[in-house]
Amino acid sequence: MDVKELIEKLDLKVLCGEDFSKNINGCYCGDLLSWVMSRAQEGDIWLTVMGNINSIGVAVLADVACIVLTENAALDADALNRAKQNDVIILQTEKNSYQMAAAISQLI
Amino acid sequence: MEEVKLHYDVNAYDFTCAGEASGKLKRSLKDLGFDASLVRRVAIAVYEAEINMVIHAEGGVIDSTITPECITVVLADKGPGIPDVELAMQEGYSTAPENVRSLGFGAGMGLPNIKKYTDEMTIDTEIGVGTTITLKIYNR
Ligand SMILES: Nc1ncnc2c1ncn2[C@@H]1O[C@H](COP(=O)(O)OP(=O)(O)OP(=O)(O)O)[C@@H](O)[C@H]1O
Ligand SMILES: [Mg+2]
Repeated sequence: MDVKELIEKLDLKVLCGEDFSKNINGCYCGDLLSWVMSRAQEGDIWLTVMGNINSIGVAVLADVACIVLTENAALDADALNRAKQNDVIILQTEKNSYQMAAAISQLI
Repeated sequence: MEEVKLHYDVNAYDFTCAGEASGKLKRSLKDLGFDASLVRRVAIAVYEAEINMVIHAEGGVIDSTITPECITVVLADKGPGIPDVELAMQEGYSTAPENVRSLGFGAGMGLPNIKKYTDEMTIDTEIGVGTTITLKIYNR
């Protein structure tokens, strides 16, 4: 499955990103950055409520497929700029991380 | 490939830049043709050390030396030093203040992550003088 399919199937809002052809391998949930940094796998969907610039740094370095901000968590302006510069895909949903993860597990 | 040396300055308390040096290093290593999983290991380790310089010290400098066999990164700060390195290396130990915890830091996983992703890690630290962390990752 690629990110495009994820967006369509789960009706996610796109906050940043243009190319949605990235492949998805799995999913990781967490808000503590160094935890995510070491445990998230390349190509994971990352579910979090952290929409600050540091999340973008982690997404870039850990090579996640995309960030999904759950519970409509806000994305800072700084974070959006950094995400644009680094081609990080950021999506948003009103669902919480549990609901989102459960929905994703039906797809992958 | 010749030996490549890259230098980065890390600003104090500047979270808007934090992660920039490790991001740049990551891109350079990719461009030099290193294997993606090796690049990822370097990036994660250097990110954690870079963020620590921002949160716990007053910024610092990063110097990396890249050869086909080995990537060496030295991160030096003039911060407060680490009183008990063994304790600081334990998973979950953190002195991060509340304001940075709300940004997602403070799990106490940074130093253990560095250990996990590098082949060699040494910490030289002196109270009131600063901390220098040296990382080595071999390309094999
Ligand atoms: N460069 C440094 N200067 C002074 N103290 C440091 C430095 N790096 C780490 N420390 C100390 O070691 C502790 C553990 O560091 P570690 O990176 O493992 O966790 P953290 O930075 O507190 O949280 P996390 O990295 O999970 O966001 C820190 O809380 C701090 O007390
Ligand atoms: Mg840390």
